[in-house]
Amino acid sequence: MSVSANNSPVTAETSEPFGVPAPALAAEAARSMPADWRDFLTLTKPRVLTLVIFTGICGLLAAPGSIHPVLGFTAILAIAMGAGGSAAINHWWEADIDAGMKRTANRPLPSGRMRRDDARDFGIFLSLVAIGLMGLANGWLAASILAVAVVYYAVIYTMWLKPRTPQNIVIGGGAGAFPPMIGWVAVTGEITAMPILLFAIIFFWTPPHFWALALFMKSDYAKVGIPMLPVVAGEKATRRQILLYTIALTPIVIAPWIIGGTGAMYGVTAVVLSAVFFAYAWKVGTRTKIEDDQMLPEKRLFKFSILYLFILFGALVVDRVAAYQGFTGLGLFT
Amino acid sequence: MTPEDEKETTRRQKARNLVVGGTLLFFVILFYAITIARIGGQAG
Repeated sequence: MSVSANNSPVTAETSEPFGVPAPALAAEAARSMPADWRDFLTLTKPRVLTLVIFTGICGLLAAPGSIHPVLGFTAILAIAMGAGGSAAINHWWEADIDAGMKRTANRPLPSGRMRRDDARDFGIFLSLVAIGLMGLANGWLAASILAVAVVYYAVIYTMWLKPRTPQNIVIGGGAGAFPPMIGWVAVTGEITAMPILLFAIIFFWTPPHFWALALFMKSDYAKVGIPMLPVVAGEKATRRQILLYTIALTPIVIAPWIIGGTGAMYGVTAVVLSAVFFAYAWKVGTRTKIEDDQMLPEKRLFKFSILYLFILFGALVVDRVAAYQGFTGLGLFT
Repeated sequence: MTPEDEKETTRRQKARNLVVGGTLLFFVILFYAITIARIGGQAG
């Protein structure tokens, strides 16, 4: 089932008494009811939010200076609400596309469990409250960056560039790169080299991470006409791009240590993780798909890329907190 | 709308009201805490 532009679920026609198809009746009944609150929660993409919250907390904890726990909690809440709001707008805009993909067909809008306009209004409301909350609690610089992040994801990426360019994932990576920067700025109130580097790390990490997924999910994206790189440019070009972005990522990941923004604990972790990431990316970047390929190297790269980011940002926090607490004097982290 | 649908509608409305009420209460407490934290910060 898909949803047409006028918000009516499009169902398979079957002959039924009174000429009304049974699935249409069920969908109509579902739409005439208020949506379940859990469907609103689903609109915020809770699984994606875990990474957003994690990187936001890392930016907050790694920043020099201190923040009142209530204001720190509010900053993370506002980041999560902003990300959730823009995700809801994304659901609203992509309902037709979601209906065509197995992975997303059961979402609240394509399944007919919620009115399309409700998702849009919920997303806009949540985003505005998030920006206002951030401004009042943590200052208007952090709130402005949050506003840019919301517009970047919901408008520039979702509405404009995702359906138009095979580089959509590169651009989309920018949206996911904002949370640690916002967390950092919420504490310090200024933009310096470190929050820009944290932004750059996620920005350059996203293409190899997502294209590895796109390589083994290619058929789904091809079906709905999203110009994913493997669909438009082919597998060979995608593999080359994965390798190139991994190479570009390496100096950026190590840069916080080189410029003295972190200690050796982060630096060594970054070097080791980068070496492993490169090995996985090399395997994917230099191989050719064979018949009945299980795409195991691509799946391994995708899984490791998630672990990579969690360990890297975890190491950043431990390194910085240890330094601020004075443990560096023991010679353990320098 | 069948009686089952009406029952389900009532259940959903009730659940949504509870969630909205809980969220509002949470924000009342949060804004109070933010105010205290910011006043404390300025006093310090």
